[in-house]
Amino acid sequence: MSVLVYLENWDGKFKKVSHELLSYGKSLADKMGVSMFALSLGAVDSNELESLKAFGPEKIFIATNGFETLDNEVFAAAISQAAEKEDASMVVFSQDNVGNALAGHVAVKLKAGLVSAVSALPVSFDPFIIKKKIYTNKVYGHVKVNTDKKVLSLSKNTYEIIENPGAGEVEELSLDLPVAKTKVESVDKVTGKLLLTDAELVVSAGRGLKGPENWGMIEELAQVLGAATGCSRPVSDEGWRPHTEHVGQTGKIIAPNLYLAIGISGAIQHVGGISNSKCIVAINKDPDAPIFEVADYGIVGDAFKVVPELINELKKA
Amino acid sequence: MNILVCVSNVPDTTTKVKFNGTQLVTEGVQWIVNPWDELAITRALELKESGAGVDKITIATVGLVGVEPTMRKGLAMGADDAIRVDSDPKDAFYTASQLAEVVKAGNYDLIMTGFESADYNGISVGAMLSELMGYASVGAVSAVNIIDGKLQIDREIDGGKEVLSVETPLVVSVQKGIAIDPRIPAMRGIMMARRKPLKVLAPVDADVYTEIVEIELPKAKSAVKLFDAEDVAGLVDALRNEANVI
Amino acid sequence: MNFELTEEQKMIRQAARDYARRELTKDVLERDENAIFPTHHVKALGELGFLGMMTSPEYGGSGMDAVSYVLAIEEIAKIDASLAVIMSVNNSLVNYGLETFGNDFQKDKYLRPLADGTSIGAFLLSEPEAGSDATHQRTTAVDKGDYYLVNGTKNWITNANSASTYIVMAQTHADKGPRGINAFVIEKNTPGISLGPHENKMGMRSSDTHSVMFTDVKIPKENRIGEDGFGFKFAMKLLSGGRIGIASQATGIASGALDLAIKYSQERKAFGTEIFNHQSVAFKLAEMAIKVENAHNLCLKAAWLKDQHKNTDMASAMAKCYAADIAMEVATEAVQIHGGYGYVKEYHVERLMREAKLTQIYEGTSEIQKIVISRALIK
Repeated sequence: MSVLVYLENWDGKFKKVSHELLSYGKSLADKMGVSMFALSLGAVDSNELESLKAFGPEKIFIATNGFETLDNEVFAAAISQAAEKEDASMVVFSQDNVGNALAGHVAVKLKAGLVSAVSALPVSFDPFIIKKKIYTNKVYGHVKVNTDKKVLSLSKNTYEIIENPGAGEVEELSLDLPVAKTKVESVDKVTGKLLLTDAELVVSAGRGLKGPENWGMIEELAQVLGAATGCSRPVSDEGWRPHTEHVGQTGKIIAPNLYLAIGISGAIQHVGGISNSKCIVAINKDPDAPIFEVADYGIVGDAFKVVPELINELKKA
Repeated sequence: MNILVCVSNVPDTTTKVKFNGTQLVTEGVQWIVNPWDELAITRALELKESGAGVDKITIATVGLVGVEPTMRKGLAMGADDAIRVDSDPKDAFYTASQLAEVVKAGNYDLIMTGFESADYNGISVGAMLSELMGYASVGAVSAVNIIDGKLQIDREIDGGKEVLSVETPLVVSVQKGIAIDPRIPAMRGIMMARRKPLKVLAPVDADVYTEIVEIELPKAKSAVKLFDAEDVAGLVDALRNEANVI
Repeated sequence: MNFELTEEQKMIRQAARDYARRELTKDVLERDENAIFPTHHVKALGELGFLGMMTSPEYGGSGMDAVSYVLAIEEIAKIDASLAVIMSVNNSLVNYGLETFGNDFQKDKYLRPLADGTSIGAFLLSEPEAGSDATHQRTTAVDKGDYYLVNGTKNWITNANSASTYIVMAQTHADKGPRGINAFVIEKNTPGISLGPHENKMGMRSSDTHSVMFTDVKIPKENRIGEDGFGFKFAMKLLSGGRIGIASQATGIASGALDLAIKYSQERKAFGTEIFNHQSVAFKLAEMAIKVENAHNLCLKAAWLKDQHKNTDMASAMAKCYAADIAMEVATEAVQIHGGYGYVKEYHVERLMREAKLTQIYEGTSEIQKIVISRALIK
């Protein structure tokens, strides 16, 4: 028995969430009294592999060729073969686009119950019960998994990073992979901009800003903080900002350390996309705006006055 | 090309939902087509209407008879026919297993699922269905186009998108962007919906891997700490030294 | 008795609600402020089948019942009453009149595009000196053998500029009084027709209202609706059905104002709690809800009678009179609950209050409705 953690990489580097995933996997493994293994598919820099050791993997399995394009069947075959090799009873993914696409495949292959978007360790191991948010973040469901093997996907920014060095021996896997059916024709990528879903700090603005011409101060605030920018649904619907910045239940669901909501009233659909944030700050001129009900800190005031002052204040230190 | 859209019947989670033990209190609940599934139907209709070569759009739902109004809405929007598997969707694997039977009995080139359902938020039926069928799958799909009779799929990646060509039959999990707004059914569609075929299938035996055994209400959040509009410095100080987030 | 709506009726209500919330909310304030006609919304609603809801599919309509029509108008009026009146005039006056009383030529040429929403219609009865009293028409249609020659002025005409098909009442035989009135279907671009300036109205500002002048307008004989002298009876029959549309519109305005007031009362705090928790506000909302429910039920009753092909005169007059009066009351209370915010445009309730006022005036004032009701009492 063991715990297998699948780590995504991008441009030769592990995604930021990897340390959190390993910390979670290691805690699971310790509770179960078993080892944790990590798996990386595709080429990554060697110092990247080295950096994983601090988080406790007994081995780091790698396979480099044939993983240039995400083909769900190919990746799922590789992950389940790695899981079978170490008799993994638990496979952990990151709850994101890639993890979502693969977890279901792997769960079926392993005949494992899948619980996605978990945010904490199981409530109990026998029976295996784990909490996850359901009904679009309204309540927690305690999900009982009836199978011997389990597949979990962990929501970002929900588990603390714990250093806990492990052997971390790197081992190249030999795998029996199916033929890929997915072919990339072209890639359209914005570079140099901090990714909303990856960002620890997010500055987001809503209709209270009155028009796209007023986003200069939002961009500046984001730059000063080193934050990504987001927006509410009406703003992206109006075309003031691109749809990729839309934060909310039907847009991007994010969980940064700091979510700064400026001129956003906090409609229920918007709150559904940010409720896992560690700290929510609201700046709104309407004291009755529902955003203040979910915010940790707030200022009731005019964004056009408060934001420039905020920028000045942050620049001071 | 034939398209199957897998549709969930979900409570409208933008309104208040209440629980009694592990059961949703259904009284007063507005049941709707799962929002992402509705966008999938909309995109399938757009493709059919554009003359890109879509012959037929079928919708499939795993659910008891009470889900039929939701399915009729899909038919009113313009889907050609519907298949209901007569069982509660007990969990993702069970549901995917039922849908696999629907897929086996039909002849579908493209199978669309919403990336998650607004009730259990499981994010898994599409991937499970493709695995059960041995079909290719693509997640995080933000556009589906048909160019010269071939599917072209946009997949969202960090900071952008990939344009993919994928072998059919294919299962896609779609998200926002696939269509802008869900199609509002026209009167004529509403009148025709009752006359369109809605086939009911008996469920097959399938395992239930997971079950919800308890509902827990989230803890009430502590009240917001407000700073005066003149005291921006106070806020920055709290973020630095109290919340430790900057 | 059965108060349960059919699956189709629910779906139609939802479709109207979805359209109104998603599309009309976006620009309703701007259209009100600048009195802009909702051309693109009219087109979209036409494509969805809302402009020929009750017209037979034989003529390109949707073939829905009057109950569905009530539900749809209410949902549209909750957000945008101007669009509801455009719908109402088209559906219950022009389309209904042509379908029920028009000849084959008229149905084929005029009803078809009206029913599928490619064109819209207007109903021209009121005159500068004949509003509530329609028994005397100053507009004349002189029988010239091959054609009628129409002269005169019509007032307060909804859709006057945007419509392409007019239904016009005019006096042919002055000596016969109401029995000498004829109804005609007239193309707006016929030579001799001109429009007065756009009326700068208090509410429903996004519907276009003008006076229409007829100067030696030649109308082919085949464009007369019904037998010679049928015009007054025709107008009265149409108005009886038309009242259901306006009653539903008024109910929608009241219901929209109530929704906004309920929402606001749960958000706004005063004296340490949401104002909903103050009995003075809660009771006010309860009273508003009773009125809205009553109006809604009166509309449905009138629609049900219409669907059963029973006489709707009294029921539709009651629905129209009651719904219009309570729309004014409920909208006014909604403004009061909003306090200062209710008096500014951003919060929508002041607009609903302005719009409510018109429902007490047009298509028969509340006073006229009471005449209809009281006369029916002693029949």
